[in-house]
Amino acid sequence: MKKNISLLVLTIMLACALVGCGASGNSVATDGSTSMNKVIGALGEAFENETGITVTYNATGSGAGIQAVLEGRCDIGLSSRDLKDEEKSKGLEGTVLAYDGIAIIVNPNNPVSDLNVETIAKIYTGEIMNWKEVGGNDAEIVLIGREAGSGTRDGFESITDTEDKCKYRQELTSTGDVITTVASNPAAIGYASLASVKDTVKALSVGGVAVSEATIKDGSYVVQRPFVLVTKKGVALSESAQSFFDYITSEAANEIISVAGVVPAN
Amino acid sequence: MKKNRSFENIVHGIFLVLGLITVGSVLLITVYLIISGIPAIREIGLFDFLFGKEWASTAAEPKYGILPFILTSVYGTAGAILIGVPIGFFTAVYLSKVANKKVRAVIEAAVNLLAGIPSVVYGLVGMLVLVPAIREIFNVPDGASLLAAIIVLAIMILPNIIKVSITALDAVPKEYEDASLALGATATETFFKVSVPAAKSGIAAAVVLGVGRAIGEAMAVMMVAGNVANMPSLFESVRFLTTAVASEMAYSSPGSLQRNALFSIALVLFLFIMLINATLNFFLKRNKEK
Repeated sequence: MKKNISLLVLTIMLACALVGCGASGNSVATDGSTSMNKVIGALGEAFENETGITVTYNATGSGAGIQAVLEGRCDIGLSSRDLKDEEKSKGLEGTVLAYDGIAIIVNPNNPVSDLNVETIAKIYTGEIMNWKEVGGNDAEIVLIGREAGSGTRDGFESITDTEDKCKYRQELTSTGDVITTVASNPAAIGYASLASVKDTVKALSVGGVAVSEATIKDGSYVVQRPFVLVTKKGVALSESAQSFFDYITSEAANEIISVAGVVPAN
Repeated sequence: MKKNRSFENIVHGIFLVLGLITVGSVLLITVYLIISGIPAIREIGLFDFLFGKEWASTAAEPKYGILPFILTSVYGTAGAILIGVPIGFFTAVYLSKVANKKVRAVIEAAVNLLAGIPSVVYGLVGMLVLVPAIREIFNVPDGASLLAAIIVLAIMILPNIIKVSITALDAVPKEYEDASLALGATATETFFKVSVPAAKSGIAAAVVLGVGRAIGEAMAVMMVAGNVANMPSLFESVRFLTTAVASEMAYSSPGSLQRNALFSIALVLFLFIMLINATLNFFLKRNKEK
């Protein structure tokens, strides 16, 4: 008798698992930008706690995520750049979820307080090697960056158009390490998400615009990129995907988004 | 009587199972590393992988050459041994043969404490004190370098070298030393011409143990070495085999060539450690046979 009951339970569990595997409404599939890992992870977890619907996230890169939406392989695509016109013409629609603002930081004792994007790119590619060329002290510039694969590095390099060309002196594995290193070396320059910048370092203004949530949101601070939710225009999302979409674009999600280190768009 | 024997058997069985846990873990790790490390080497090519000078795993045209990592690990470990062994060795001789009981107790306590400090703390202190100090003293733009890593590693391996050497020196029979002194040798002559040669395989084991610790350390090194995949040079930022795996693992996507290549690096590191272990066993065995 006991055996029969356990068998029954096992059958039911198996059946449930099989149903869960199917594409039917009990989970939301997201696919795309590796940089959005943290924010989507936090939102997915909060959403699951509230509704019991699981959110899966496939870190494949913005391009692959957009492609996946187009082919119907996921519910919501994640892109860390704006959609291109040709992608829009294929019937895709982008909704900005948040803005990822990257602060350019130097040691507080560094007299330089403003650089423009071109100069920053020249510094990181090794064209400008001494601070005196940009109005600072006579000292070799020490380039601090993040490890390959980091979302912040990817963001910084794509915005400044310096992919694979940066001549880093140090590649550190956390934002905290970058800030500590820049704080202890007067000739260092680094980058970090705005949310984690502290008083121990000085955030440069870029092209005359100081970095802040407001300047990131209105677009005047240029070292930033949007985190975009990609969907098909005119095609209704599944019920659970729609409720996830509504949840993360609502005001209630703003706090979670801020905690994840980016500036909410709504 | 019979009951007693079956109890004995059960206890034996339990001990055997507990012992097999260790063996099982080693086998599991070895097999797993080999299975996940081979595909990338096959795809990249053994020669290009081991002797390629460039590593750019996320570039548009990825390059997977780990020669810089291998050389950095070898140089870094050699440097740490070069600094750490003389200090550790002479400390051990002093503590075992010369120091009075009180001094020995104090220094041994300090050595034990040094052994217990977590590597992330070594890294943090290195990052905040050593790296800026190297920058100031040698007047280089940035202090995070091979030199910083060597110094941190040299300090980290000190406890291993000192403790194992002391054990070996303490085990030298008192009669040897007494005989030497009786023949008119001075104390110092006795220590270096009688005690040390008698303990030499134990001391060699201490050095090998230090090598093992230095080559396998990741955290402390990651915080002071700068982690750029340059060919090794004393004042340049460098990346070790261990840090190459640790720094990129979190972001590489499963199944990608990048992740597989990281497993291959781990496999190379594993082979290094195996080699070191074999050497260690060789010394210990010789010790026993004597």
